[in-house]
Amino acid sequence: MSGRQDEQTLHPPRPMNPSSSPIATITDPIVEVRDLNLYYAASQALRGISLDIPRKKVTALIGPSGCGKSTFIRCLNRMNDLIDHVRIEGEIKLDGQDIHDGSVDVIALRRRVGMVFQKWNPFPKSIYENVIYGLRVAGVKERALLDETVEKSLRRAALWDEVKDRLHQSAMGMSGGQMQRLCIARAIAVAPEIILMDEPCSALDPRSTSRIEELIRELQGEYTIIIVTHNMQQAARVSDFTAYFYLGSLIEYGLTKRIFTTPRRKETEDYITGRFG
Amino acid sequence: MPDLPPSGQSILRSARGSSHFLRETLGRYYATLCGDLIILLTVTMVAFITFKGLAAFTGPHPLSPLKFLFSSHWQPDAGPDEGGPQFGTLVFLLGSVSVSGLAVLLAAPLAIAASILISVIAPRAGENFFRPVLELFTGIPSVVYGWVGLSLLVPFIRNQFGGLGFSLLAGGLVLALMILPTITTLATDALQNLPGSLLEGSYALGATRWQTIHRILLPAARPRILIGVTLGMTRAFGEALAVQMVIGNSVRLPDSLLNPMSTITSVITMDMGNTVKGSAWNNALWSMSLLLLAITFGFIVIIKRLGPQDTKNGNHF
Ligand SMILES: Nc1ncnc2c1ncn2[C@@H]1O[C@H](COP(=O)(O)OP(=O)(O)OP(=O)(O)O)[C@@H](O)[C@H]1O
Ligand SMILES: [Mg+2]
Repeated sequence: MSGRQDEQTLHPPRPMNPSSSPIATITDPIVEVRDLNLYYAASQALRGISLDIPRKKVTALIGPSGCGKSTFIRCLNRMNDLIDHVRIEGEIKLDGQDIHDGSVDVIALRRRVGMVFQKWNPFPKSIYENVIYGLRVAGVKERALLDETVEKSLRRAALWDEVKDRLHQSAMGMSGGQMQRLCIARAIAVAPEIILMDEPCSALDPRSTSRIEELIRELQGEYTIIIVTHNMQQAARVSDFTAYFYLGSLIEYGLTKRIFTTPRRKETEDYITGRFG
Repeated sequence: MPDLPPSGQSILRSARGSSHFLRETLGRYYATLCGDLIILLTVTMVAFITFKGLAAFTGPHPLSPLKFLFSSHWQPDAGPDEGGPQFGTLVFLLGSVSVSGLAVLLAAPLAIAASILISVIAPRAGENFFRPVLELFTGIPSVVYGWVGLSLLVPFIRNQFGGLGFSLLAGGLVLALMILPTITTLATDALQNLPGSLLEGSYALGATRWQTIHRILLPAARPRILIGVTLGMTRAFGEALAVQMVIGNSVRLPDSLLNPMSTITSVITMDMGNTVKGSAWNNALWSMSLLLLAITFGFIVIIKRLGPQDTKNGNHF
């Protein structure tokens, strides 16, 4: 257990007591990551990451470009399985079960851990079919259930009023912000426990961005959300916890309020104050 | 090579006085000339075929266009005592349609399956092995396909199913083999050009690979796959030599897979040497060429129709 020392300082404090000692850990985490290393062929992209993700909170991942944020969240739904030559070491537990265990069905895992991508990627299908895609591939056929899910998910994604009259038209005719909310609705429709968002607003205008931020705030408490963002204000606005990554390592992790007011590490402070470089 | 001048102003000045200017101007004239030449050649050829093709319908004994298209009575050398020559091409038209239709029916599913294999399932083997092989196959001259069909396929059909072996089936199989690489290449391009985000989006929602392929990738690539299929159809429709070698060339409606028959192209190649320039028979062959041109043009229109719609979709990704 050579990483003990690091692990303790990097674990976030107990949510109730933001200013308490760094040794305190999150009670009842939904995801526990231990000593995670990831290699793309020979180059190491993640270095000994250990952290706990709190249940039904928003956790923001920040850090300069190329530091491994996307790589990290793609580990959580095993999207990196799709890439050749990726090697993963360490342990990722979802509700206590190792997601790399042979008994874990990766399809079932991806239903529990949904994902919203940086660039919206609706399928070239109708709005309706986009939302229920996850149910369709799971074999759900009952019309009533599908209809209900479409309405519920679109309402949840704050899109229902805008599209309720054109559910059966192609999703490709929507604005970028609408398409991104559709992708959120699509992720919500399969009732995941965790939603991973990789820079969901980086290609959106300020108005659409604030709509999505509002949405994230509304969804918290119901889902565990992990969001990658380059926007410090956004991390500060929407998240409960913040993790700062640098060159594949987790530098600092804690309550967002604490990280943004009293960062413990010089690197973190430089990055969030924009003095990075 | 002179050093690059620092400002836009001096670029203009030095360009005017240098070989750069000459190259630009000459190059542009040359390209324009070639372009014009191509247009001129095409227009001339279309005009020529149209002129020759319409000759049968004019003159002292005009052929009825309706009879030409819809009569199955083809007796180009019948004497006056037999009721005079008959130039109904329905038999050949239906022959062409059925042999190229059969070829597409046989080739398209295989080609699409192969393109899925190459682009999604085994991309590395696809690029290193299947692609080069496909390109090789597209380059094989049609006479080789015909020869292989004649020496392997025709005897095989004769032994297995009886009959002559020369048949619609033989023609369809040879054509299918010929257009398989074309359709596969275009379908593979269509699938490979889809944004990877579609694939990831589908997997991220818990779809399996097969679900992703048939629910997302194939529908998204469909317009371009259809272009490939239509191009294959066009090639099959216009192919003469290989078909003529194995199809048997009897004047009969395509009533069975195992019977010999004829196509527009095969009858043109068979008969063109036997006819006298300006005779009714010769004119009828020209009219069939015109018909072939018109049908090919129709296919191109279909392809163009499919095209823009596809790019419209593509722009949204
Ligand atoms: N598929 C891949 N193959 C090889 N190397 C990769 C691959 N994806 C990412 N990397 C490398 O891994 C490192 C981490 O990349 P990652 O995309 O996780 O960074 P990021 O923090 O998300 O960056 P950004 O903020 O720019 O999105 C980078 O050095 C990157 O070049
Ligand atoms: Mg990233």
